Amino acid sequence: MAITYPDHDVTSGAERAPRLPRGPAGGRATRSATLFLLPFGALFAVMVLAPIGYAVHESLFEVRRSGLGLSPTVAELTGVSNYVRALRDRDFMASILRVLLLGVVQVPVMLGLSLLLALLLDSRSARFRRTFRMIFFLPFAMPGAIAAIMWSFLYIPSVSPFTAALRSIGLDVDFLSGGLAPVSIGNMMTWGWTGYNMLIIHSALQAIPRELFEAAVLDGCSGWRLARHVKIPLVRPALILTTVFSIIGTAQLYTEPDILRRVASTVTATYTPIMASQYSANISNYNFAAAQAVILAVLTFVLSFGFLKFVQRKGFGA
Amino acid sequence: MTTTAPYATGAQPADRPTVGALTSRAGVLLVLTLFALYTLVPPWWLLVTATKNKGYLFTTQGLWFSHFDLGTNIREVFQEQDGVFLRWMLNSVLYSVGGAAVGTLVSAMAGYALAKYAFRGRDLAFNIVLGAVLVPASMFALPLYLMFSASHLINTYWSVFLPSIVSPFGVYLARVYAGAAVPDELLEAGRIDGAREAGIFWRISMPVMSPALVTIFLFQFVGIWNNYLLPVLMLSDDRLQPITVGLANWRAELNNGVPYSLTITGSLLSVIPLLIAFFVLQRYWRSGLTAGSVK
Repeated sequence: MAITYPDHDVTSGAERAPRLPRGPAGGRATRSATLFLLPFGALFAVMVLAPIGYAVHESLFEVRRSGLGLSPTVAELTGVSNYVRALRDRDFMASILRVLLLGVVQVPVMLGLSLLLALLLDSRSARFRRTFRMIFFLPFAMPGAIAAIMWSFLYIPSVSPFTAALRSIGLDVDFLSGGLAPVSIGNMMTWGWTGYNMLIIHSALQAIPRELFEAAVLDGCSGWRLARHVKIPLVRPALILTTVFSIIGTAQLYTEPDILRRVASTVTATYTPIMASQYSANISNYNFAAAQAVILAVLTFVLSFGFLKFVQRKGFGA
Repeated sequence: MTTTAPYATGAQPADRPTVGALTSRAGVLLVLTLFALYTLVPPWWLLVTATKNKGYLFTTQGLWFSHFDLGTNIREVFQEQDGVFLRWMLNSVLYSVGGAAVGTLVSAMAGYALAKYAFRGRDLAFNIVLGAVLVPASMFALPLYLMFSASHLINTYWSVFLPSIVSPFGVYLARVYAGAAVPDELLEAGRIDGAREAGIFWRISMPVMSPALVTIFLFQFVGIWNNYLLPVLMLSDDRLQPITVGLANWRAELNNGVPYSLTITGSLLSVIPLLIAFFVLQRYWRSGLTAGSVK
């Protein structure tokens, strides 16, 4: 996971590089550097670049079975027809819409909580800071799949202490009903990632020189006004960073719904875009799956960079 | 919601709080405690339930101990399906330790080259790495699966192991750390003494970079251990699965005779080594998480 401020010009990172060593001389340096870079470069090319190229390429073809399926299949260049089909596919579009809606609600709730907790931990009134920070970080130490399995038990009426508690006050809640399933998934994401985001924001808060706060306090600014007018603007880069990661993470939503799918019929096999694409691949519709994967990648890119451009235009960029 | 107390300005003693300060302290504590409860109740339930006799999961209070039978549960976890649980754990260890070890070395070499050598295309190479850092591995999983299944590489150890080695974030961390911590004078001295570039890297730079290497290893280890999508896609053979996928499959197999107690106890057992590693190595986590803000 990257912790770099993406709103900075990426090239400045390279320019900030330390001055180059005086030796070794040009040719020798290039040769050594190439050898050092070779293992990573080769793996990167095969495991990252090649699959992207392959997916784009495959998405432009369609496999035609001629006759009764007895003769060999032929791949035929069909251009964008897989894309057109995907955009018209009801299940796929529903999965995109579902995840968009989920993200629009869940990401602000989670990051609001992360910011609140970070500010509280940073405030002078906080006690037991280290203990709380450790507790909040705990979900990050649990694999997402194991956490999802845990929650999948906590959502079923037969063993869930929550269902039991709600029933005792007269509420009959089915966490896995069609209507509540997205909320339950959102809750799993919030449980899993609030502490992680809090830690990033809290680290940014702690990096601010304390004299700045003291100056603000001398000027009569304290409590919530200090948080709102001094602290929050100063951690804006961390907020932008965590938002971008959350957008990317939500677009790739897979583990939680895939595990709930195994226990609840309300979570379908095409619940999220990745699941929809996996489903197409499972029924040997590889070209269509490739088109879906490419659409999802483009959408993720557009959403995260769109958000960055938006905050920069509004003058929010740090 | 509550207000935070003002910052002490100079001489004001902090040990004589006003009524307002006490109220805000209580308020802050309340909110933090509520969220701590939200965080802790689910794992607490897991811990409690894992210790219960499997006949009493449905009838006893979920959040407290009763009918303690942890030993039986653990034994059954290890006996189920000829010890497949242990196999899954070993698979996870193999994927994670192997992938992270090779990955750390590969990342260290690349990061070091990007920090310490001048060559054409260096900025371009680093920018590609930076761009890749922002893209989650899950985005490549499906294309990789399509490519691997066309080349008949799926359902092998390699189909999970090889993609796990690649860590742009590791290269980024290594590049930042090597740039800041490996002095050019040291490399220069090595060259004057006639050492070869590989020797300089191995004997001079690697030791200097070791704190960063631990962080890179840790992040990659946990990343691979937690991976779910990639093995789900690549592996159909149950005996190649890592623990995450194995337990997820158990979760769905109540009808095939895998009782809840197995999945619950298995889940608890599978996170214990990770939790220990986390809290013992906490400071490396923080250094990795804050790496971007340290110039």
